[in-house]
Amino acid sequence: MKFRVERDVLADAVTWTARTLPTRPPVPVLAGVMLDADADGTLRLSTFDYEVSARASVPAEVSEPGTVLVLGRLLAEISRSLPNKPIDVHLEGNKVELRCGSARFTLLTMPTGEYPELPEMPEHQGSIDGGVFAEAINQVTIAAGRDETLPLLTGVRMEIEGDKLTLLATDRYRLAMRQVNWSPSSPSVEQVALVRARTLSDVARNMAGAGSVEISLAEGADIVGFEAGGRRTTSLLVDGEYPPVRRLFPDSTSTHTVTNTADLIEAAKRVSLVAERNTPIRLSFSEGQVVLEAGQGDDAQASEALESVLEGEEITTAFNPQYLLDGLGALGTEYVRLSLNHPTKPVLMTGQDELQGEDRSEEFRYLLVPIRFAG
Amino acid sequence: MSAGPTILHADLDAFYASVEQLLEPGLRGRPVAVGGSARGGVVLAASYEAKAHGVQGGMPGWKAAQLCPGLIFVRGHFSRYQPIADDVMQILGEVTPAVQRISIDEAFLDVSGATHLFGPPGQIGALVRRRVRAEVGLAISVGAARTKHLAKIASQVAKPDGLIVVEPDDEQRFLDPLPVGLLWGVGPVTERRLSDLGIRTIGELRHTQRPVMERLLGRAAGAKLHSLAHNEDPRRVTTAVRARSVGAQSALGRVVATPELVRTVLSGLAERIAGRLRGKGSAGRTITVRVRFTAMRAVTRSHTLAQPISSTLTLTEIAETLAWRAIASGPGPGDGPSDGSGPPDPSGANAAAGADTVGRGVQITLLGISVSNLHAQQTIQLELPLPPPDPWRPGSATGAARWALDHSMDAVRERFGRGAVGYLPAALGGSPGVPDEFRELAERDL
Repeated sequence: MKFRVERDVLADAVTWTARTLPTRPPVPVLAGVMLDADADGTLRLSTFDYEVSARASVPAEVSEPGTVLVLGRLLAEISRSLPNKPIDVHLEGNKVELRCGSARFTLLTMPTGEYPELPEMPEHQGSIDGGVFAEAINQVTIAAGRDETLPLLTGVRMEIEGDKLTLLATDRYRLAMRQVNWSPSSPSVEQVALVRARTLSDVARNMAGAGSVEISLAEGADIVGFEAGGRRTTSLLVDGEYPPVRRLFPDSTSTHTVTNTADLIEAAKRVSLVAERNTPIRLSFSEGQVVLEAGQGDDAQASEALESVLEGEEITTAFNPQYLLDGLGALGTEYVRLSLNHPTKPVLMTGQDELQGEDRSEEFRYLLVPIRFAG
Repeated sequence: MSAGPTILHADLDAFYASVEQLLEPGLRGRPVAVGGSARGGVVLAASYEAKAHGVQGGMPGWKAAQLCPGLIFVRGHFSRYQPIADDVMQILGEVTPAVQRISIDEAFLDVSGATHLFGPPGQIGALVRRRVRAEVGLAISVGAARTKHLAKIASQVAKPDGLIVVEPDDEQRFLDPLPVGLLWGVGPVTERRLSDLGIRTIGELRHTQRPVMERLLGRAAGAKLHSLAHNEDPRRVTTAVRARSVGAQSALGRVVATPELVRTVLSGLAERIAGRLRGKGSAGRTITVRVRFTAMRAVTRSHTLAQPISSTLTLTEIAETLAWRAIASGPGPGDGPSDGSGPPDPSGANAAAGADTVGRGVQITLLGISVSNLHAQQTIQLELPLPPPDPWRPGSATGAARWALDHSMDAVRERFGRGAVGYLPAALGGSPGVPDEFRELAERDL
């Protein structure tokens, strides 16, 4: 095997394919990245840990085709540290030699025969604009659970119905739902999958910049596949029955408030400086204003009043400051509408473009459960 | 270990009885028993005048009356004990910040940093005694030594109303003639075993080979006692600000474990523990239940929750499940903390199942609960109702209802006293003889 590849091209590709590799793998070969140089002028890099697979294809000047398995993280570190010059790679006995400028590295190869076969991509279902998909993912994954002992809630429910793609996630304390339009390969497609939030965040970060993202999913298959810009990844789906969370959004609400989103974010950040861990920020809505307060006892207290439009009864409720800021930050609209029924019942957060106008609840909804005080 | 006798053990003399005598001058110089009566009940504490006749805490009232004619029984001003003891601790804290309070009426002090201000340890001991006498009106005995264990022995020997400083050169000479019963960890059973071997004093114990002790008392206990007899005690005076656990236990005599009994006792314990947790805005994730069987065998079972709890009912339910699991494993060997077979189930089904299938006819002598892994909990983050329902989660609908109920009950008690309201099994059952206020004092985190 012998090929020449641009340093940036190799560094990007190997960094991405090696990103999920375990530091302490159950078997040594699983720490490897497979390099497959094809005579047609492509270098394919691949990794697989039985959960996530990654494949990247990059152009290379291949003089001798061949396949080797080398330590992935090490190769990533080496390629990132090399000078910006072409890298020459060739196999010498059981060692791979890298030359770049005056630098020279040799890496021991591992037996390719012991490496697991990568899963096939499931059936192609359609495609979505990378930017739109990344935004939707970032709006929803904030609400996904992080507790690995509850795997079900670490997933994002992806629902496909014709040209509508809906993402849902909850950690019990908030529930986020985003609906976007996409281009299904068949207009009548209906699919449901529970994808790890981690997998989706990775897609948003590493694949969405490349135009359109292809989504592969099959009835009864246990993996989901994403492909964009020469990169493909598959990931095991989360096992289990996702609770019927859509019905948790309230059918009707009695009190509505509309506030400038950026102002509310700034004020909430300031006031929550005095809210220690697990202590709430209180929001009191009255005619024309909302008062934010935080802090308990004598240590430190903060309050700030903002303009806000109120329809309905005056109401005071309290939230985990981070959960509140997560939702506000995900809106991406000029104004935020909070719809409430009772101080201890979940509040619905939606975005709207004008102070007087309709909210965009069909696109994005964030349901936030309050904190309850003693007495 | 420090160079001089800079560890002090300060211990109020016959604290509860002395407070009664302090509050009621007519009782001074006379034999007083707190709690119980000549007809029955339990004596909780006795004055020195009563102790001279052999009256002891924990003794039935009729027996105390027999031993000490003219014994005056008083009901006890429980609400006064804590503030008075706090005043004493305040004085100790003015001598050195290194005060480790180990119960309501005793504390260790490390005065190695205070000698340049107040003189040698003996002078500091005298100062403490003078100030407590003058400012609070109580007698406090003080022992000073290089180790905690020796300082404590010295204060016991100094009682009543005395001060003993054990200089480093005098340690063995001081210890050797003392009875082994003064050593930490030597109870009546160990004392009898040692006495069977002719070991009655600490000096005799010191000259016993370590392997002999380990054979007699078990490896850990034997080695420990051997070290103590040689005055080896590396423990430092620690000023722990936060309690690591909150617990309570109830000695039952010999009783058959029935579902009603277990529930009543645990419910009472849970109510006290959970109330104390809520009182200080705290909640715990790990629940441990201890069941003691006859012949002193004990089994503990514990469970760690995803989220800290402070609800009386939740604590009762978890404790009940764990208690039946402990009872099911029986008094046999294989003792030790364990999570048993999987986590307890909030549906409560297995608590009852445990009671039905096992534990029938098993005799137990003690039930205890402790809650550890403590976290601050002033508020409850409510949750969306995701299946399966889990009433043990504080943020669930049931959890939030329990939180509201507990806080309403706490408010009622604050206003009308702790007997004003209670959960049914505990409120009806109660424990005869020993007032809850007294237990509270003994269990309170200091």
